[in-house]
Amino acid sequence: MAEFTLPKNSRVIEGKKWPKPEGASNTKAFKIYRWSPDSGENPRVDTYYLDLDDCGPMVLDALIKIKNDVDPTLTFRRSCREGVCGSCAMNIDGTNTLACTKYIADAKGDVRVYPLPHQSVIKDLVPDQTHFFAQYRQIEPWLKTDSQPPERERLQSPEDRAKMDGMWECVLCACCSTSCPSYWWNEDRYLGPAILLQAYRWLADSRDEATGDRLDQLEDPFRLYRCHTIMNCTRTCPKSLNPARAIAEIKKMMVERRV
Amino acid sequence: MATDNRPLSPHLQVYRPQLTSVLSILHRATGILLTIGTLLLVWWLIAVAAGPTAFDTVQNFIGSIIGQILLLGWCFAFYYHMCNGIRHLVWDTGRGFELTAAYTSGWLVVAASVALTAFSWIAGYATLRGL
Repeated sequence: MAEFTLPKNSRVIEGKKWPKPEGASNTKAFKIYRWSPDSGENPRVDTYYLDLDDCGPMVLDALIKIKNDVDPTLTFRRSCREGVCGSCAMNIDGTNTLACTKYIADAKGDVRVYPLPHQSVIKDLVPDQTHFFAQYRQIEPWLKTDSQPPERERLQSPEDRAKMDGMWECVLCACCSTSCPSYWWNEDRYLGPAILLQAYRWLADSRDEATGDRLDQLEDPFRLYRCHTIMNCTRTCPKSLNPARAIAEIKKMMVERRV
Repeated sequence: MATDNRPLSPHLQVYRPQLTSVLSILHRATGILLTIGTLLLVWWLIAVAAGPTAFDTVQNFIGSIIGQILLLGWCFAFYYHMCNGIRHLVWDTGRGFELTAAYTSGWLVVAASVALTAFSWIAGYATLRGL
């Protein structure tokens, strides 16, 4: 049964208010989720103020500025700062996205920053993604063949290659999976939109020869069929991909092989 | 490495309600309401079989303010669940997954279920008054 409230140790309390920058006319408040494994306290929301005239345009710029100039203990993942690595995925202004491609100006009022929802928090904005990547491992995301390897690479027509567009672009940031209420309540057994999008990527690959086995692995009340087409996934994807459609295509393949 | 006291990050508490999730939970809620409404329908049918006194009791209840509100809610739940069910059937064919299409169909379902409810009630009352 789904737990709609947070466990006792996870309830968020009011945190520290940091001083406003001096002589700034264009300040914005950032309310950021904080939790340290060393404190023994509940998570809290700290409020930081930044001078937007002295800060880059993206939420990631603000986080880096806070870490450099205000509070070096603030912890978050980041790497490429241009939306191709998927490290800085977090919940900003109520929806999941990449901090590096989210404009500060797009947040209404204070910028509220939380870790990806319904995840075990390692520290501050860093969730534990062990389970997420174990689920990725579970769908065996590599080319599987029985036939004799050809002399050269396995060929694919431009048309067949085009079928993988909208799937290979996924950076596995987990924004979609952690936006999905079904994944919140069943993440132990439901694979979630990101992993199912990847599952379909291999089902749609003309060079892969394990389609039947892959479908057998997904034919399960939980792994695939906990998707109720809520579409929070497609709504939130920072790469504008469509996991909901990919899942629907898998469901169609399940029907087609039975009739 | 894993510590026992790790908190669970906020989910429902912080995630912005949006058309996608609101219509989805409304589909489930109307499904539950329809089930409860069916019990009322059964009560009404039993009353028909049980004779004029029992039927009068149920008719009076349905005609009361509370009865009318319940009937209106049941009527909306019926139309919403039906329209959104058709939306799901279209999705099952692999169509309508673009975000703009999903939003258009979502608002269409809301508009259609409100319109059908209004039409049914206007038609119902018009019939009652012999118009």
